[in-house]
Amino acid sequence: MLTLQFMPYSDIQHLTLDEKIKKILSSVRDGKILVMEGRLKKTEEAELIKATMEQINGKFKGIEVTVVYPDSKNATFGKKLKSALAEMLLGDRQGLTVIGSATLIKEIRKDPDKIQLMTEERKRRR
Amino acid sequence: MIDVLHRFVAKIFRDIFRRKKHFKLGLYGPPNSGKTTLANRISEDWLGEKMGSVSRIPHETREVVVKEQINIKSGKKELTFNLVDTPGIATKIDYEDFVKAGLSTKKAKKRAKEATKGVIDAIRWLDDMDVVVVVLDATQDPYSQVNITIIGNMQARDTPVLVVANKVDLKKADLKKVQSAFPQYDVVGISAKFGTNIDKFYEALFALVG
Repeated sequence: MLTLQFMPYSDIQHLTLDEKIKKILSSVRDGKILVMEGRLKKTEEAELIKATMEQINGKFKGIEVTVVYPDSKNATFGKKLKSALAEMLLGDRQGLTVIGSATLIKEIRKDPDKIQLMTEERKRRR
Repeated sequence: MIDVLHRFVAKIFRDIFRRKKHFKLGLYGPPNSGKTTLANRISEDWLGEKMGSVSRIPHETREVVVKEQINIKSGKKELTFNLVDTPGIATKIDYEDFVKAGLSTKKAKKRAKEATKGVIDAIRWLDDMDVVVVVLDATQDPYSQVNITIIGNMQARDTPVLVVANKVDLKKADLKKVQSAFPQYDVVGISAKFGTNIDKFYEALFALVG
């Protein structure tokens, strides 16, 4: 059974980077798949990877992570303007971040606004 | 405000480096994308010697390797840089994958431990780079979060970036997909192994920092 945990942006908004990472990794290591409102800054994502590497051991193999947010690459001028305005007002609150333990999730595919979680097959007990 | 000031100071230093045409060029990317193969290609082309060993098993490069004073020329233009080959950045490392690839459990565990340190070192070095070449495997999905994180970090640091779609000699390679994933950057399709389009790579490098 997979457990999805929703984390609203307000839960991490006022936390320091260390506190954010600790909270995220604690949920992930508990075996939950975290669905977080908003996204980390790119520099924060790099710090999350660093912290993950420090915690890898025989049981914890790391994380799978993906971020989905409105993509204005191929949008019309009007939509680009709207998305720039939303970016200005909402900042990192825009989009969704999905993070899970690599022990549970083999791969996350993004296509580009659809998320597919490929789960690890549990070894059958004899 | 401090962030803006920091970026401004960093930009001034980078501009000084660029004027000097002497800088640190980092090769970044996910594991097994061909960073060391490209590093060897550059080093062999201009110094006549290899930089590191390559392997089909991921995380062959587990330490940052620097080759100093590489001087490349194109007509009257000249660039001198320290080439920094970094371990592949990943969000997960499982020693069992190395066992499946044929290593003994002991060697696999050692490799996994060293690989985690390598990823941490590669991220630490991000701040020291003046120019970054992001090496991607053109046969793989370019939209992976690791690729986006690496490129996003360069963008946040205002570091000039050239994206290389490597392994274009393989049938599964999809250069257009890489180009459409990162339309704001120059993407050069190469085969570091066979030297395909390597001249285009050097041209793009001169265009970026020359």
